[in-house]
Amino acid sequence: MINLTINGQEHELDVPGDMPLLWALRDVVKLTGTKFGCGIAQCGACTVHLDGEATRSCVTPVASAEGKAVTTIEAMADDDVGQRVQQAWLELGVAQCGYCQGGQIMTATALLKENSNPDGAEIRDAMNGNLCRCGTYNRIEAAVARAAGMEDKS
Amino acid sequence: MSRIGNSVMLANVSRRHFLRGLAAGSAFVMAARWGLATAADSAEVKYGAAAMPGGWVDNPNVFIRIDADGTVTITNHRAEMGQGIRTSLALVAADELGADWDRVKVEQADANQDKYGNQNTDGSRSMRHWYEPMRRAAAGARLMLEQAAADQWGVPVDEVETRVHEVVHKNSDRSLGFGELAAAARELEVPDRDQLTLKPDSQLRYIGRETGLVNGDLTNRDTRPPAIDGEDVVTGKARFGADVQMDNMLYAVIARPPVLGATIKSVDDSATLGVRGVVKTITLEGTGMPAAFSPLGGVAVVAENTWAAIKGRDALEIEWNMEPAGDNARYTSNDYRQMLEERAESAGKVVRESGDIEKALKEANKTVTATYYMPHMAQAPMEPPVAIVQFNGDTAEAWAPVQHPRATRQGVAGALGLDLEKVTVHQTLLGGGFGRKSKPDFVIEAARLASQFKGRPVRVQWTREDDIHHAYFHAVSVDRLEAALDSDGKATGWLHRTLSPSIGSLFAEDPKHKADFELGMGFNTMPFDIPAIRLENPEAAAHTRIGWFRAVYNLPHAWAIQSFAAEMAEAAGRDHRDYLLELLGEPRKINPSEFKDGWNYGENPEVYPIDIGRMRAVVERATREANWDNKDRGERRGLGLAMHHSFVSYTAIVMDVEVDDAGEVIIHRADIAFDCGRAVNPERVRSQMEGACVMGIGIALQSEVSFRDGKAEQDNFDRYLIPRMENAPREVHVHLVDGGEDAPMGGVGEPGLPPVAPALCNAIYAATGKRIRRLPVADQLG
Repeated sequence: MINLTINGQEHELDVPGDMPLLWALRDVVKLTGTKFGCGIAQCGACTVHLDGEATRSCVTPVASAEGKAVTTIEAMADDDVGQRVQQAWLELGVAQCGYCQGGQIMTATALLKENSNPDGAEIRDAMNGNLCRCGTYNRIEAAVARAAGMEDKS
Repeated sequence: MSRIGNSVMLANVSRRHFLRGLAAGSAFVMAARWGLATAADSAEVKYGAAAMPGGWVDNPNVFIRIDADGTVTITNHRAEMGQGIRTSLALVAADELGADWDRVKVEQADANQDKYGNQNTDGSRSMRHWYEPMRRAAAGARLMLEQAAADQWGVPVDEVETRVHEVVHKNSDRSLGFGELAAAARELEVPDRDQLTLKPDSQLRYIGRETGLVNGDLTNRDTRPPAIDGEDVVTGKARFGADVQMDNMLYAVIARPPVLGATIKSVDDSATLGVRGVVKTITLEGTGMPAAFSPLGGVAVVAENTWAAIKGRDALEIEWNMEPAGDNARYTSNDYRQMLEERAESAGKVVRESGDIEKALKEANKTVTATYYMPHMAQAPMEPPVAIVQFNGDTAEAWAPVQHPRATRQGVAGALGLDLEKVTVHQTLLGGGFGRKSKPDFVIEAARLASQFKGRPVRVQWTREDDIHHAYFHAVSVDRLEAALDSDGKATGWLHRTLSPSIGSLFAEDPKHKADFELGMGFNTMPFDIPAIRLENPEAAAHTRIGWFRAVYNLPHAWAIQSFAAEMAEAAGRDHRDYLLELLGEPRKINPSEFKDGWNYGENPEVYPIDIGRMRAVVERATREANWDNKDRGERRGLGLAMHHSFVSYTAIVMDVEVDDAGEVIIHRADIAFDCGRAVNPERVRSQMEGACVMGIGIALQSEVSFRDGKAEQDNFDRYLIPRMENAPREVHVHLVDGGEDAPMGGVGEPGLPPVAPALCNAIYAATGKRIRRLPVADQLG
């Protein structure tokens, strides 16, 4: 049995310890906001926070997440920074198909928690691991900057 | 992306056919414009939405439902894959209806062509084919509400009018909300089309309104109708195909033959069956060639979760029989490219000819020759193919992210031996499509597996490796061009040979020549005004599955032609923009049939001629916005230009590019001028252009699937490279060009893509003096 804390809730999962956290979240806990894109930590669609750190859940064995706080896109509306990022995403009409955007928002939120006022180069550096095949990068960059600006105002 | 059926249907269309179906008056006008001597007969040839299987439907009761609480529910029957059609078509209906956007919901239609009309979402057709039917549907619904109000008040219907979400009696202060009228309106007969009055533009509140992010500035923010799925996307609630959850579901992944046509020689699944969670392995027959939308076969591992299935597949021992694959097992990209390049030196099937090209080349003051290569690419939508099917014995249900619901329904029905109406296909959001999800092979796989687990939903999940190894690949292409220039540098001759395997090879014996619709994507529709032109299409055989990829054959054609135009300008010692405008010639409208194009993206050539004036306008706008006249941007930095006409829209791009000492390409700015006629949802049009720009940068710089011995050599994003944020332009500016009052509505999803790679490569030349003729650029600048 694997014991996980996901978005503040305790879960006991009967899965092998080597199952990637991604599949435990999606297939077992039925939280599908975290997406499968590549399975080898190349695209970032599966990004979650482990103790606040942006983490690729597709290469994170579920056993290694025991004892840590797992946070997914489903909890971002309850997170001050996450909520601002979501708002900026909506205001700038970032998403096209939207499949990668949960992962993008998770990475952006982790960035802003660490660096509340990143410059363009810092944003591009932090976001470079998250692929978007629709090509929404310019709007993502603008939305991260916008979310940072909102934080300044608050 | 286009259906093969169109080319079959429209093959050998003559000039005379083009005039059919026109009213006598307009036929006369067109005959005069194109210098045609004969008048039209009245036999009907269908174009646009009417020519698509299932055609269009404009019955209000099919698309619009109003509840007693006033909620307006609009049914969207097209695939949403990021182009924003769920929002944009609903905006059209809401605007014409007079609905308040905050009280509009969108429901996704199941696959049902008989009910909804055509649902095949490709070819950048959704808005141009459905704008008018949706407006008529909404106008009909509005008239029904007005009639219901008039009946209730006992007044003539012309005394009432619709305001926002209510109907008012103009002569009194009475009003009734949509919700209050809904029940009575529903009972009324649907009005005839000739009773409908569409709103004048001055009364439109949503259509064409410029809102949202416009080149860095947030415009009309407070009045912007939010994207219908925006909130769900940012909160993780949006349901893509991958996200459908069913009780008691089984999860499968499949080991497919590594080479197209190969079969299974032997399987040892003993280790697989020992993997915790694996339920069963199932051998699936492939269907051989032509592959069409059929599964490739292989060994499926069915399990209790995705991870168990993946681990189980890793543990399979399979020996493949390459014999049935024939030549495919010897398919190697380098050899194939060289073979095509050699073949491009000799004449091939002539598809368009005017003037005397031999003479022009012989008498030229100077000739320019170049051969361009574009490799295979995989669409690689972020959501890999995935589908769920449940077989109930005499019925089946599928949930899938598909561009072509009809073909999906047919495929599932065929796989399960059911009548079409016994199969329900639920269309989910698509996590990207780009042509890959036009082919429902992955849903048919799920159906075949589901047939063995009656009553249980079976999900087939493709991994990224599956997606890239077994894509329906964008055709590899070799394009050889030769031009004759006179002593003033003016072009007097143009010889272009294009060689690509055809998508036709998917559906029938390999034609080895491009089909009409493939040639019509920018090859025989090449617009330059040159006295001697010959266009040839030598043979090229397919050795893997070739399929639609966003913008399809426009990609290699635009890349070659627009690169070569820059090379000609260079040879002539002329400015590229000036030379391109000279090649285009005077503003004029050309019947595509003059260019031997009988396809014209399925559109009426009277309404959609090839419009040189619109081409010139986008070139002029993009260059002006990019400050082309001040081209000098410093060391190792320069501007590149390209223009292309596709999906009956017009695009020109200028890229401002720096190449650093390490050979890294930095794109400082892209200026995109785009004319798609009326832009219904300009905010989404802009974002489609921005996204196409990024994807095009990947086509130019990074993306290639190469083959060795019939196997794709790349299998994931570590080797099949697509653009990251660092590759995006620092700034993208999209300039929507007004094509004029009679400019018909064009496509949006695809036409932004073709000119990106040539604009970027032309800029690389301006920055470095290095001419790129083989894509991707990769390490050629290092």
